[in-house]
Amino acid sequence: MDVLPGVDPRAPLLEVNDLHVEFRTRDGVAKAVNGANFWLSPGETLAILGESGCGKSVTAQAIMGILDSPPGFITKGEVRYRGLDLLTLSEAQRRKVRANKIAMIFQDALSALNPVYSVGFQLGELFRMHRGMSRADAKKRSVELLDLVKIPAARSRINDYPHQFSGGMRQRVMIAMALALDPEVLIADEPTTALDVTVQAQIMGLLADLQRERNMGLILITHDMGVVADVADRISVMYAGKVVEEAPVYDIYAKPAHPYTRALLESIPRLDMKGQQLNVIRGLPPALTDVPKGCAFNPRCRFAKDPCRSDPPPPAYAVAPHRTARCHFFREVLGE
Amino acid sequence: MSDVVLETKSLVKHFPISQGIVLKTKVGAVRAVDGVDIQLRRGETLGVVGESGCGKSTLAKLLVGLEKPTSGSIMVRGQDMVRLKGAELRKARRNIQMVLQDPYTSLNPRMTVGDIIGEPFEIHPEVVPKKGRQRAIQDLLDTVGLNPDHINRYPHQFSGGQRQRIGIARALALKPEIIVCDEPVSALDVSIQAQVINLLERLQDEFGLSYIFIAHDLSVVRHISDRVAVMYLGRIVEHGYDREIYEQPTHPYTQALLSAVPVPDPRLRGHRDQIVLEGDVPSPANPPSGCRFRTRCWKAQDICAQQDPALQVRDRSPHPSACHFAEIRDVVHGR
Repeated sequence: MDVLPGVDPRAPLLEVNDLHVEFRTRDGVAKAVNGANFWLSPGETLAILGESGCGKSVTAQAIMGILDSPPGFITKGEVRYRGLDLLTLSEAQRRKVRANKIAMIFQDALSALNPVYSVGFQLGELFRMHRGMSRADAKKRSVELLDLVKIPAARSRINDYPHQFSGGMRQRVMIAMALALDPEVLIADEPTTALDVTVQAQIMGLLADLQRERNMGLILITHDMGVVADVADRISVMYAGKVVEEAPVYDIYAKPAHPYTRALLESIPRLDMKGQQLNVIRGLPPALTDVPKGCAFNPRCRFAKDPCRSDPPPPAYAVAPHRTARCHFFREVLGE
Repeated sequence: MSDVVLETKSLVKHFPISQGIVLKTKVGAVRAVDGVDIQLRRGETLGVVGESGCGKSTLAKLLVGLEKPTSGSIMVRGQDMVRLKGAELRKARRNIQMVLQDPYTSLNPRMTVGDIIGEPFEIHPEVVPKKGRQRAIQDLLDTVGLNPDHINRYPHQFSGGQRQRIGIARALALKPEIIVCDEPVSALDVSIQAQVINLLERLQDEFGLSYIFIAHDLSVVRHISDRVAVMYLGRIVEHGYDREIYEQPTHPYTQALLSAVPVPDPRLRGHRDQIVLEGDVPSPANPPSGCRFRTRCWKAQDICAQQDPALQVRDRSPHPSACHFAEIRDVVHGR
């Protein structure tokens, strides 16, 4: 493939700076992403953690360039792949980045795959379109890919349709499809949420192996604090469209610096101990059309004081090297 | 035992598979529930865990009478629900209610919250006289932590967690002794999940309820349950007190299931005993001979294909386990 102009191999693999995405709806403007910042290095796993509506999937769609527009609009910010701002590219150039450099897998493999084509056709299409291969060669590569993701009897299953696979096998097909063109970044949006735990373990293991072999950067979007603890190197916690805390995985579980992260960790039951009453985060996440002034978490926060309730919202304080938190009182949260 | 409020004996539900359009012939059966014995005591929570397709939701439907069992009995306070008819059945059903998984589809969008919670009173008018219903509904709303003034609102005006509270209020309306909760929190976000779990626990203490708590999330089940039953392909493979199941599991399937659950503590990474199972669950229409788990089991030997292991206490399993080679293995805690 021809090299994209403006790509600097020494620049960071992926950087998202001050990304803003809004949805213009009849009920007003919903600010789904309000200045998201993070970066990703090769071989690293970054988890983006958050509850529904926090903007984590929209961020992924913006990076991939698959945001539905309208109603979604990127109003500000940059998405830099090796120094090149993807948001300035033409659609034709973006197509070259998608799948080749940055690929994505989705939560629901059954609706992400096309039901009227065999998986072999859908996999082969990538090689034919992006690599100009012949049908025969493309089919051969497709079988190799299905082998790679450990689908048994790949040669005979290549002509099967998505509905003929089980949930776990479909997810493997989607992983094969994402890895077909050797991307440097893989974004996995809730890849195992729809699967049973034993299948989840298989899929997460497969992803980890493939990532190690290829030194791929992985962005794992999830709400599951358990999965994150198992695989992530760093975590970005999102709330109401902002990254409220960013830290290496060991630090964040040992000592969260943002009240939201801390409350989340205290509110989940654990398998390895029988707990007392669960700590509850009172109230609800804010409607994105009407985010509270100041810190968006302040109405639900037990640390909130006056400065939290007025603008400007808390900046990303440096808590430690490589560690930030958007909370005026992070010292209290850490040390209480 | 007098404090047993619900007991099933060899409960079976087979769904026929038929072929042909005009002349339908039965060609097989999906054995969704295939011989389940459970006991539920007053004031306790029995957790039922298992993966999709293991029959746990069918079990829930059988218990509340939404499906008719193929064979077996469901004893509630000494009465067999399967054999009751007419007015007696209706009266007995008051005692066992259900909370459903998805609070978005289980509430009728055209009915107000008051109508939804009050509907059980229409079917069982003897519980609360017509005059007192408004009051009773408002009390129920208050009990589950909703504003009693919202009685005339519609479901779409509530968030997911609040809707699940409405579903719980509806289940409480007839003052049942038993509530079957089928995945009551799995559609909710973690911060909301904790609110609903705490509510269920508070109601249990307040009204002396007994819960059957069905879920695929093993951490949630551990938190809320006194005893746990593990299901695989329509059968219970192991059951015991929560400590026995989680700290000393003896059935290989329980061990694999527990080891697959990620623990929110990165320090345990690489130090946990992880068993990754091969393949998928076999079809319940054609379960393997002998032990149903043997096709995915690393301990399987010839005897497993020939003899169906009974669910019983064994030499190396202090609590009932359906495995010929049952043996304690702690997979949850780090090594």
